[in-house]
Amino acid sequence: MSTATITQTPAKPRTLVDMNWDPITRIVGSLGIFTKIDFQNREVAHCWSTSSIFRGYSIFMKGKDPRDAHFITSRICGICGDNHATCAMYAQNMAFGIRPPNMAEWIVNLGEAAEYMFDHNIFQDNLVGVDYCEQMVKETNPGVWDKAQRTPAPHAEDHGYKTIGDIMVALNPFSGEFYRETLQVSRYTREMFCLMEGRHVHPSTLYPGGVGTVPTVQLFTDYLVRLMRYVEFMKKVVPLHDDLFDFMYEALPGYEKVGQRRILLGCWGSFQNPDVCDYKYENMNEWGNAMYVTPGVVVDGKLVTTNLVDINLNIRILLGHSYYDDWQTEEKFVDKDPLGNPVDQRHPWNQTTIPRPQKRDFDNNYSWVMCPRWYHEGEAGDKKYLALDTGGGPIARFWATALAGKVDVGYVKATGHSVKIYLPQTATKPEKEFEWHIPKWSNAIERNRARTYFQAYAAACALHFAEQAMKELYAGRTKTFTDFKVPDEAIGCGFHEAVRGVLSHHVVIREGKIANYHPYPPTPWNATPRDIYGTPGPYEDAVQNTPIFEENGPENFKGIDIMRAVRSFDPCLPCGVHMYLGNGKVLETTHSPMFGMVK
Amino acid sequence: MAAEIIPYGRRTQKAPAVKEVHIVWLTAGLSCDGDSVSVTAAMQPSVEEVVMGAIPGLPKVHLHNPVLAYEVGDDFLKFFYQAEQGLIDPFVLVVEGSIPNEKIKQEGYWAAQGTDPMTGQPITTCEWIDRLAPKAFGVIAIGTCATYGGIHAMEGNPTGAMGLADYLGWNFKSAGGLPIVNVPGCPVQPDNFMETVLYLLYQAAGLAPTIPLDDQLRPTWLFGKTVHEGCDRAGYYEQGDFAEEYGSPKCIVKLGCWGPVVNCNVTKRGWMAGIGGCPNVGGICIGCTMPGFPDKFMPFMDEPPGARVSAGTIGLYGRMIRSLRSITNNTVNKEPKWRHPGTQLTTGYRPRAF
Repeated sequence: MSTATITQTPAKPRTLVDMNWDPITRIVGSLGIFTKIDFQNREVAHCWSTSSIFRGYSIFMKGKDPRDAHFITSRICGICGDNHATCAMYAQNMAFGIRPPNMAEWIVNLGEAAEYMFDHNIFQDNLVGVDYCEQMVKETNPGVWDKAQRTPAPHAEDHGYKTIGDIMVALNPFSGEFYRETLQVSRYTREMFCLMEGRHVHPSTLYPGGVGTVPTVQLFTDYLVRLMRYVEFMKKVVPLHDDLFDFMYEALPGYEKVGQRRILLGCWGSFQNPDVCDYKYENMNEWGNAMYVTPGVVVDGKLVTTNLVDINLNIRILLGHSYYDDWQTEEKFVDKDPLGNPVDQRHPWNQTTIPRPQKRDFDNNYSWVMCPRWYHEGEAGDKKYLALDTGGGPIARFWATALAGKVDVGYVKATGHSVKIYLPQTATKPEKEFEWHIPKWSNAIERNRARTYFQAYAAACALHFAEQAMKELYAGRTKTFTDFKVPDEAIGCGFHEAVRGVLSHHVVIREGKIANYHPYPPTPWNATPRDIYGTPGPYEDAVQNTPIFEENGPENFKGIDIMRAVRSFDPCLPCGVHMYLGNGKVLETTHSPMFGMVK
Repeated sequence: MAAEIIPYGRRTQKAPAVKEVHIVWLTAGLSCDGDSVSVTAAMQPSVEEVVMGAIPGLPKVHLHNPVLAYEVGDDFLKFFYQAEQGLIDPFVLVVEGSIPNEKIKQEGYWAAQGTDPMTGQPITTCEWIDRLAPKAFGVIAIGTCATYGGIHAMEGNPTGAMGLADYLGWNFKSAGGLPIVNVPGCPVQPDNFMETVLYLLYQAAGLAPTIPLDDQLRPTWLFGKTVHEGCDRAGYYEQGDFAEEYGSPKCIVKLGCWGPVVNCNVTKRGWMAGIGGCPNVGGICIGCTMPGFPDKFMPFMDEPPGARVSAGTIGLYGRMIRSLRSITNNTVNKEPKWRHPGTQLTTGYRPRAF
């Protein structure tokens, strides 16, 4: 078992208290966070994240028809299932050697943009937002609540709330005005989604080779009027969150440390450019770089690559402290990629999933989540296996896109150091340009801020996609499907951004059936337990670095700073996270077994 | 001081038979939480309308669902313990996700929620069901995983997953004397679920008779018709006019649609606010509401075996009907001949005064 990652010697002698939260609510899926907290030094000394569900997709997909992959894998996730379906479709297109008509790609892009608009919106303001609402802040930091009521909101004119306290009241669950408004927004954005992909959250109209959606004038009218409502809404939402998040830094000096970790971000790219994307592996670098969200790996603030081939080949799945047997001696499905590069045995193409259910033991194995890592030659020794995080999606997408400086469609532009987002005039508000700047930290507040800006980014991209789709429509190019035959032998991979971050699907086809299939969604990256080298997962080290600002002591401790750190990653654990609050039992030693009484 | 003026019309308002009802929602089956997420899309009625008292006659509703809960960890789990101890009575238990078989292995768990204070081990989902189901006023299985097993119970699955009725027994009766209520769908159609909850709340309030269910324990008014019977593309079928490739507005039965034999109202109701759906918007019906889902419908993109016969038969009749209709259609696309400019009136009216 690894020890705490806190490097500085504590000022006061350590007394560790077990504080556990299981389940963590207001996320999707089951997650438990188990911590040891040092109340004297106001630090989290240790953190373990555990997931309590195993379903076995990679096992029951074997032998199935590869055309069914997107229907099946959509069911992995109940909030971004369509991201899985889309990613599976990308992998199918590669494996089957097909390129859908441009219209199909614009329709998928419009659907996926609506998914980002919906999902970030409901998560930010109906799930995460509750951690910043009046009721919560009063319970955890009465001092902050006092200050909030007295602090004028700098952008009151844009969003209509005079003070930060007013914003917090508006975020109260159900009774808050903004909470209810965002629930309603989450509905018409899902209607936009359903226009393009049929149903939320498991789409009905996606297929390898294209879509079944019928492109008509009405389809795009119905989408566009809702989109413009959302564009108007964004002109209020972005400044509202800027005010709230800036206030947190001001009210609680040092709050930048909450959820902070080393800048190790991954983004696998989103929104295909149909003029460039032919789904050929050999051309993957070219079409990956033409995406409207640039793929990339950012290490310590530097862009290491934007090449999807590099990204692909360096993915490694380590066993870590999870309930599986190793597959090092199992069959190797893919020796070399189509470019002739060697493919590692620990790459998803070669993974064999062998579950071994067992007792949970924090000194040994304690989670159903494996350890995806990204192999980086630039690091020394065991450190080569980077525990990349996605920061819940947007922060990594923006960071990679901004540094790459490739995207420019007018509505959005990557500058090399920022991303500009243009929103045209709407019914009651003039045009507005927002600019997301690379932040100083990869922390809870900046992950949340990026989420808000990305909502606007997705809307701006959708304006471009709608224009392109309507151009095709007016030109009479309404075909949405390319026919294909399933090959006997093939491999494929799909790269996409699920709402909360990197998503990859790897498929191996033999005798026309699925021989191996391994999807890697964002949460396994973020929620991984410690790996075989003892490197903690992103939730774990982000929480371990979190200072405690909450005013409550162990007796009525809510763990709000820990919750904010964890939720900033937008956990989505139909593959796993629960948090559990123990009764504050003081431990004799730091290595005694997990203890926590249910109240 | 003047006495309170009681509005005359207040006599129309009845106090519900029970004042408060708790909804205890277990999402910790083998699920994707997609049914919980789906329910946040419901508008007929919405979650907030039910929770905030916007529907007349309902008891006060307390919702305990992990995706929406304010509370975390033990603060959240306390409602589950209270339900077990009879402290929040009556409650409706909602189960989401397939039920894994925990008996097929030596140790560990497939699905769990919370930690057992005695052992430090996770409390399995099966144990929660055992503790809560017999004490619930009603038990609802939400989504196809919980109702019949669904995707995670596919052939070759490692967990031995099944539906709630398979686990509790198809003759199970809740404390309220009700069978399990199944609302299938992958995910559940948002309004289908909220409407079922609403019905049960009316029933608990003493305002509605026992919920009518079919032999698969589905509400009859939601699942009594087939996809095809509600599909706006069924007209193409009748005329033997079938799509040859995806993206066509015609009937897609030859492309893998199982609509003619699947119980579901999505084509009538749409997905949200009448928007979206499946075959009505170009998505083949893969039978996601059905007990036989997914295995009996795979491979999804092949023509269903039965469709070949029925579509072939309808082909002859349909082609003839279509050609006759096209003649008539041509006729009715022309205006009657008396609508014209000029100095003559040819409508049949014989003017006497001009």
